[in-house]
Amino acid sequence: MFESVLVANRGEIARRVIRTVRALGIKAIAVYSEADADLPYVAEADEAVLIGPAQPAKSYLDVDAVMEAARRTNARAIHPGYGFLAENAAFARRVNDDGLIWIGPPADAITAMGDKISARNLMEQAGVPVAAGTREPVPDADAAVAAGLGYPVMVKASGGGGGIGMSVAYDEAGLRKAFETARTRAERFFGNSDILLERFVERARHVEIQILGLADGTVVALGERDCSVQRRHQKVVEETPSTGVGPELRARMLAAAVRAGEAVGYRGAGTVECLVDPVAQEFVFLEMNTRLQVEHPVTELVTGIDLVEQQLLIAAGEPVTFTTAAPRGHAIEFRVYAEDPKRFLPSPGDITVWEEPSGDVIRVDSGYQAGNKVTPFYDPLLAKLCVYGADRAQALATARTAVEGFRIEGLKTNLPFFAELLANPEFVSGDYDTGLVERMRA
Amino acid sequence: MSEVRAEMVANVWKVVAAEGDTVEEGDTLVILESMKMEIPVLAEDSGTLVSLKVAEGDVIQEGDLIAVIE
Repeated sequence: MFESVLVANRGEIARRVIRTVRALGIKAIAVYSEADADLPYVAEADEAVLIGPAQPAKSYLDVDAVMEAARRTNARAIHPGYGFLAENAAFARRVNDDGLIWIGPPADAITAMGDKISARNLMEQAGVPVAAGTREPVPDADAAVAAGLGYPVMVKASGGGGGIGMSVAYDEAGLRKAFETARTRAERFFGNSDILLERFVERARHVEIQILGLADGTVVALGERDCSVQRRHQKVVEETPSTGVGPELRARMLAAAVRAGEAVGYRGAGTVECLVDPVAQEFVFLEMNTRLQVEHPVTELVTGIDLVEQQLLIAAGEPVTFTTAAPRGHAIEFRVYAEDPKRFLPSPGDITVWEEPSGDVIRVDSGYQAGNKVTPFYDPLLAKLCVYGADRAQALATARTAVEGFRIEGLKTNLPFFAELLANPEFVSGDYDTGLVERMRA
Repeated sequence: MSEVRAEMVANVWKVVAAEGDTVEEGDTLVILESMKMEIPVLAEDSGTLVSLKVAEGDVIQEGDLIAVIE
């Protein structure tokens, strides 16, 4: 095992990675921007390096600044967390070229899965079901209409992610408008104006499979996570197991996720995202995320496996330390965001009170504490509130207590939304889909 | 006359409308960006956009004046 790891990220994920790195007796090195100097992860690392001003492009996304921090601190390996440089193949190559260990998948796997068109073609070859859609970029709005996929249809930026550059059209006029908007944004956000169309499944569930590509080349699947509670196509709540997936469908999805990982020579932690039609018990591949996911704790809670520890072992070429991955019980994660709970608008500000709930079946991965300032420069995630139960009913009961017991003051958070969700008959029944939040706000 | 003010700290990502434009209630005037989210600022009344106080790249605070519609 290497003796030091630089964590090229911030907030809750930096803190979470640092926790496991230190537990393994490895030196943890943090990097931080001027805006983040007072966050807990900076103090908790063994060493911390200021890498630039608040703007991500001048700090966390500045490859030279991050590599210079690694050089100055003699870091032996780099863990990118999620977001920022986590799925940047050029950065992964640079880390390796500079003689450091990259704690993530091979750069070629990142490249293959980073482009939605190549990813989908590769998955089709590997025998993974893919959504009906265009195979090549669609050049203009006329061609989008002529593709004849029917309605509703999803318009997606090929280089996009995180809900940015996606919209659904319900008729020809809507498709023309959505196409032009998506193209302008794709160029501006991702420097790649390629647009794809996909048949949109209404009342679908968003279910993903956690995979681990081991050092010996085998790929294992560690169960699914249901991420159907979304606002603006972005996840808010994740749970495992999914209440929309039966045993037979689960077995097929896990097998397909393993084939997907094998097809790209995957190493480390990755996630195969799928769209599930819960009535037909069918699924199609959406995309593969070549990194640790925000919602990895729910998998950790039901499998007892520390995914960051396994990432470190795999990167060091060592065998993994778990023997069985049979999940037990039920886990739910709530993403506590700095945002208005009604309209979900961002709400940066000063945290005056921060009191977390605690208990055997409650896990809080937080990035902030009282006295911290939440700035508009980064995503609004303040903390991840995770609960565990022997079954879903127990997990829901714990969640109600935990949400009530989480006090954050000084800015708006979506905690009141979670209280509302936990009283919503559709969510409580387990029979919900990706349109749930929209229906709650209609 | 109606004033459109910022609801949060944000960066001005895109200015869609221009002074002198005739706008309808619900039209997008400006798109803000904050915490990796795009937030359209909409006209709350129909009329003429007589004043636009922000430019792309500006950082605005909660309560700052964005536009005036008459």
